Amino acid sequence: MAECHPVGFQWVMEAKARGATVFHIDPRYTRTSAMADVHLPIRAGSDIVLLGALINHVLSGGHEFREYVLTYTNAAHLVSEDFRDTEDLDGLFSGFDPDGRTYDPASWAYAHRSDAPPPGEVGGASGAGRGREHAETAEAETYGSGGAAADAAPATDPTLTHPRCVFQVLKRHFARYTPELVERACGIPRAEFARLADTIVACSGRDRTTAWVYSVGWTQHTAGAQFIRAAAILQLLLGNIGRPGGGILALRGHASIQGSTDIPTLFNILPGYLPMPHAGRHEDLDAYLASAGPDTGFWGRKRAYLVSLLKAWWGEHATAGNDFCFGHLPRLTGDHGHYATVLGQIDGTVKGYFVIGENPAVGSSGGRAQRFGLANLDWLVVRDLTLVETATFWKDGPEIATGEMRTEEIGTEVFFLPAASHVEKEGTFTNTQRLLQWREKAVDPPGDCRSDLWFFYHLGKRVKARMTGDEIDRPVRELAWDYPEEGPHAEPSAAAVLREIGGIGPDGRALDSYTELRDDGSTRCGCWIYCGCYAGEVNRPARREPRGGADPWIAPDWGWAWPANRRILYNRASADPDGRPWSPAKALVWWDAAAGRWTGRDVPDCEPDKPPGHRPPSGARAEQALSGTDPFIMQADGKGWLYAPFGLADGPLPTHYEPHESPVANPLYGVQANPARVVYPRPDSPYNPPRSPRFPYVLTTYRLTEHHTAGGMSRPLPYLAELQPELFCEVSPELAAERGLVNGGWATIVTSRTAIEARVLVTERMRPLRIEGRTVHQVGLPYHWGWGGDGLVTGDVANDLLPLALDPNVYIQESKAATCDIIPGRRPAGPALRELVRRYREDGDG
Amino acid sequence: MVPEAEFRSYHGQPILKRPVWHEPHMPLYLYLGGVSGASSTLAAAARATGRDRLALATRLAAALSGAAGSALLVAELGRPERFLNMLRVIKPTSPMSLGSWILALQGGLTAAAAGSAVTGLLPAAGDLAGAAAAVTGPLMATYTAVLVSDTAVPAWHEARRELPFLFAGGALAGAGALAMLTVPRAEAGPARAVAAAGAAIELAAEHAITHRLGIVAEPYTTGSAGRLLRAARLLAAAGGALAPLAGRHRVLTTASALALTAGAICTRFAVLRAGRASAADPRYTVVPQRKRIYGTLEMP
Amino acid sequence: MAERMGFFTDTSVCIGCKACEVACKEWNRVPDDGFVFRATSYDNTGALGANTWRHVAFIEPDRPVTGDGLDGWLMASDVCKHCTEAGCLDVCPTGALFRTEFGTVVVQADVCNGCGYCVPACPFGVIDRREGDGRAFKCTLCYDRLRGGLEPACAKACPTDSIQFGPLDELRERAEARLDRLHREGRSNARLYGEDPGDGVGGAGAFFLLLDEPEVYGLPPDPVVPTRDLPRMWRWAAAAAATLATVTTLAVLGRR
Ligand SMILES: Nc1nc2c(c(=O)[nH]1)N[C@H]1C(S)=C(S)[C@@H](COP(=O)(O)OP(=O)(O)OC[C@H]3O[C@@H](n4cnc5c(=O)[nH]c(N)nc54)[C@H](O)[C@@H]3O)O[C@H]1N2
Ligand SMILES: Nc1nc2c(c(=O)[nH]1)N[C@H]1C(S)=C(S)[C@@H](COP(=O)(O)OP(=O)(O)OC[C@H]3O[C@@H](n4cnc5c(=O)[nH]c(N)nc54)[C@H](O)[C@@H]3O)O[C@H]1N2
Ligand code: SF4
Ligand code: SF4
Ligand code: SF4
Ligand code: SF4
Ligand code: SF4
Ligand SMILES: [Mo]
Repeated sequence: MAECHPVGFQWVMEAKARGATVFHIDPRYTRTSAMADVHLPIRAGSDIVLLGALINHVLSGGHEFREYVLTYTNAAHLVSEDFRDTEDLDGLFSGFDPDGRTYDPASWAYAHRSDAPPPGEVGGASGAGRGREHAETAEAETYGSGGAAADAAPATDPTLTHPRCVFQVLKRHFARYTPELVERACGIPRAEFARLADTIVACSGRDRTTAWVYSVGWTQHTAGAQFIRAAAILQLLLGNIGRPGGGILALRGHASIQGSTDIPTLFNILPGYLPMPHAGRHEDLDAYLASAGPDTGFWGRKRAYLVSLLKAWWGEHATAGNDFCFGHLPRLTGDHGHYATVLGQIDGTVKGYFVIGENPAVGSSGGRAQRFGLANLDWLVVRDLTLVETATFWKDGPEIATGEMRTEEIGTEVFFLPAASHVEKEGTFTNTQRLLQWREKAVDPPGDCRSDLWFFYHLGKRVKARMTGDEIDRPVRELAWDYPEEGPHAEPSAAAVLREIGGIGPDGRALDSYTELRDDGSTRCGCWIYCGCYAGEVNRPARREPRGGADPWIAPDWGWAWPANRRILYNRASADPDGRPWSPAKALVWWDAAAGRWTGRDVPDCEPDKPPGHRPPSGARAEQALSGTDPFIMQADGKGWLYAPFGLADGPLPTHYEPHESPVANPLYGVQANPARVVYPRPDSPYNPPRSPRFPYVLTTYRLTEHHTAGGMSRPLPYLAELQPELFCEVSPELAAERGLVNGGWATIVTSRTAIEARVLVTERMRPLRIEGRTVHQVGLPYHWGWGGDGLVTGDVANDLLPLALDPNVYIQESKAATCDIIPGRRPAGPALRELVRRYREDGDG
Repeated sequence: MVPEAEFRSYHGQPILKRPVWHEPHMPLYLYLGGVSGASSTLAAAARATGRDRLALATRLAAALSGAAGSALLVAELGRPERFLNMLRVIKPTSPMSLGSWILALQGGLTAAAAGSAVTGLLPAAGDLAGAAAAVTGPLMATYTAVLVSDTAVPAWHEARRELPFLFAGGALAGAGALAMLTVPRAEAGPARAVAAAGAAIELAAEHAITHRLGIVAEPYTTGSAGRLLRAARLLAAAGGALAPLAGRHRVLTTASALALTAGAICTRFAVLRAGRASAADPRYTVVPQRKRIYGTLEMP
Repeated sequence: MAERMGFFTDTSVCIGCKACEVACKEWNRVPDDGFVFRATSYDNTGALGANTWRHVAFIEPDRPVTGDGLDGWLMASDVCKHCTEAGCLDVCPTGALFRTEFGTVVVQADVCNGCGYCVPACPFGVIDRREGDGRAFKCTLCYDRLRGGLEPACAKACPTDSIQFGPLDELRERAEARLDRLHREGRSNARLYGEDPGDGVGGAGAFFLLLDEPEVYGLPPDPVVPTRDLPRMWRWAAAAAATLATVTTLAVLGRR
């Protein structure tokens, strides 16, 4: 965190100054470790073992926050009799289809309460047989803030003793995740584990809370989503969610990367985490809504959210009579994620490509595949601040050097359009903490540089101008595409866009809250979770009162947090079931019986006048189905899910699998790696075999404070480039001795994809780990370098080493754990490079 | 020598900055300044005792070496066009400031004295200037020792007692050698005496530096500074020993004078290089300082 | 004269982010220091110099790091010490270096003639002559910002308050309190450096809290301003000058 979020890290330092104990769990000893009380070096990709052992420690020691767990989580829910755990099936859950490598989640469901009406179809389609569809359409991620639909009336056992209640299922599932296993699989000594386990237990409960902070060290794995799930389970068991000082905090990446999922640039969701409709299955609005998540909880108002969105997009053309132009929305046909698209380019099925503020030729896994894809396009548009490698690969890329590509033979027509940077335009960032912050423009963009908003708006206007009366042109023709234009370049008003996103009522005034959204077409809103950000016609993200406003602690007048300017989500859980704070030290919101309202420091995350004792009538819909003790108001059942009966592509519970490429066997199960992971086994996407003696070392990649991602924004800047001028790898003195690597010298790192060269930094901060009785070395590699662009410094592309292996829920690549070999000296150049890799591959396969 | 104790440093990197002064500017300036100073002193003494050939030659030597030294000094500046900024202030804490004034006076006085001697104009004024240059001369020859010692460079600062003598000796040897070459042998007696004495003083000062400074003497005895200093010692010894005999033969005169000149120049290169080497190796900064605080390298 | 202002750099909270280094260069428009991989931990600018006025040092652990995070990898942001008795200022022949109303030591670029004397005169190896430009440069303690009522750029950018700027007396008190706390927490390796007005430079205007011996950070253990010995140096020089005059006199007084 000190490395990549140094400004945020000041608050960790502040916490430390107030007595917090800081643990840092990372394969490497980093700047963060240097400030932590304890650093636990962990083998990359083994975190579920550690988290699982912590869960086991809590459960077997009876350390769970019983009252919280019982009321606020699904611990008491009973699971279907059909469910089989990985413990029963040696690493598989029930419902696995080995041919499609997908799960049918039907057997993971809750057992239905016998006295309740039948549950209806889970997720709107019959549960059974949905696995393939589920995976193919990348549906797992579409649950977003809605969560998956699940039976709202499951059978329960408040004593938590029923063998099929979630609590007991959990206990059995994690029983084998022991401190001994942690030592064997993660390389963390038992004493160190005990220190961590004791501390988090001591620092959780009524008076204290523990926070987990993570970023891509946890997500970029073939089981990444399950890493986070494991942390969520632990935090729910300890009562650390929805409370001040608690939570699992995802530190975000690019500026406004949170914004880019809220108002997504992702293929499978619409703004506000509404799922993308699927071709064939979602012909009309009703069919879509029926499978777009639960009807209970606040997600139950999804029709209002979607209709308001359609009204924002198609304006007057969207009417009740035409399903509010629902038919105009494009439809999904399958996985259109980044890597599938790249392979489509190679295969010739993808012809054109917009690359806006991204540098995949350097930043994405399997750099070679990226570039072969780019080279096979008809046209490519790159909008960036500088001439990044993605725009120049055709004349100076590594494949030109190896002779695999010839400039004359690349048919891709490349359009490079210079972009205005964040200081040259106005608009919002949404970052960690879901905080929208408005930026002013500091200077005019130079020359032809224009904002992305300008580009898309004017591109849209030109495209619209060419539309015909033809039916196929209707969705574009009817788009509401009218924002006030300002200045000599007719810059569309970013404030007007924000206002539309924030929601507009029937009277044309900005809305106050998403609860005002209607499904009758009378409200417009570009993103329902942002509704209210322009309330009172005030640009709320532009407010900048550091410690001001109603509460200096919460600083509600510093920017604006979605939803409803709420700073801590699920904060109903900060009070006990009766609505009283668990302790004075941790008071955040509470029930004021006299006033008959929820009140407190933060905006309460529940209906403000629903008393704690409220019990919903049977058959209630949307938020009316929630009781006064249900803090997780977006979930169908209002509970925090220890067990996910639906919604994940790879199982209802986190399970340790080895990374796709791993030097060791899975110590727990016969199944080596996540069975549902996404891989593309084809000649242009080769993999290192598991436990290959040819690739004996763990390779992990990461960032440096001094650079930014693929380097397009840091390599051209002298003050940053001089701080880390060359690609280097970090190795332990032991590995250096084993391989003859010299500090300051060169090393060549090899995988089945390619070999790259890097300078060597020998450091005690890389510790060899004892895994399963043998020494496992890790090679650390930052990934900020590329061969050119406008960089002042150059270096080989770390991503060229990495495989195309993805998490099946969110399609993120496994860039944190692969295998490699490392040898001293520089790599061969030209065709000899391919020859070296070919030899490795033949040996590896043999 | 006592084996060096373990010492720690930041990646072996220097703590101090190396003096930025260049070769050959800086060592030649030291040499020329010394020659100018000792020459003007000798000139005044010669004039006072009626040795006019010697006086003329040494006046000229003082003026020309002073002028050449000034030119080198200007060339050494990072911003030579701002040379005159030296005379913006008189700053007692800055040996370079005082030195600039000394150099200015010395330059003016020696030029006046030499000009008068060559042209025969204003002889009284020339003599007055020459006499005054006998006061600035010795300072000119030794202030440079204060200049280099008043730095944090260990090899210089620790040798602050010896360097003035080293430089004075070298100045005498250099001035004497030059006079030996330019004055008929019969009149060059004082020059030979000065040269021999200068060489002796130089050798004594060198000996003191290499034996009194402990670990900080190392830069004077090792590397290129060590080689230069050993050569300088041989040259000074040989030139100094020959000087008293040099009255007998032209060849001996030339040999002695060249050896002394070369010796004095080598010494100055050696001093610069020893200074640089001592600044470049953190050991010479850390070890003496730790000894000063703790009496040992270890924590007490 | 305004109150004496300075820095307390508490290296125990430095995260090595180098924001200070970059902010200094941005504000003062200092040129880059070249693009050289030095293989000295995460430090590729090496040392303070004409083109690096804030420098973040990284000290690799010299033994395997244990579970304890603290003190494994030391980071420290170094800067000109703005000495009470400043060698650079003392020796500057032109008056380019001067003491400001804030008690700081600043080079006036339009006066400096590049004589280079300040460079070896600094017992901390801070100031240096810039290649190609010829003048000497170092931290100005953001004299321009101070005059405008702003805090220095480096301190402003530091996310963890490792760099604290303020009136020197106040900073010394804060530093003592911080040292006490660290000692109470059992971090006996913590010590202050440069805060003592009785030290060889009369106390530094920018002082530090270190977690190891100064030389490990590239700092001299017992810096002394060279001019302390100046009167004695002049006396030795006078003696040498007298020797020179005496030898000369004796030489002419001898036999003709
Ligand atoms: N200076 C700087 N800041 C940045 C960025 C940048 O490029 N430069 N990028 C921004 C972006 S886009 C993002 S996404 C964030 C990312 O922020 P981070 O996630 O902090 O970034 P990384 O350095 O990629 O990875 C974090 C750490 O994960 C460790 N790690 C690797 N594998 C594992 C594992 O299996 N388990 C555990 N526990 N740790 C592991 C690595 O050693 C590394 O120290 O940073 C943002 N901030
Ligand atoms: N091996 C390995 N690979 C990784 C990761 C890893 O940890 N290890 N991390 C992954 C992660 S988390 C990320 S986020 C990616 C990042 O990978 P990329 O997104 O491919 O790389 P960036 O360099 O961040 O590219 C962003 C580009 O946007 C440009 N830009 C900046 N502002 C604007 C703007 O306003 N408009 C436009 N049009 N352009 C702009 C910048 O100049 C820059 O070139 O890398 C991923 N790849
Ligand atoms: S770069 Fe920006 S977002 Fe990242 S830590 Fe610095 S201030 Fe925060
Ligand atoms: S540290 Fe050096 S440059 Fe800075 S004031 Fe002191 S003597 Fe001068
Ligand atoms: S280089 Fe400039 S600042 Fe340094 S001493 Fe000379 S004149 Fe003064
Ligand atoms: S005070 Fe100013 S000049 Fe000095 S290091 Fe800090 S930013 Fe640079
Ligand atoms: S800005 Fe602060 S924390 Fe960052 S390197 Fe500089 S002193 Fe350390
Ligand atoms: Mo990211």
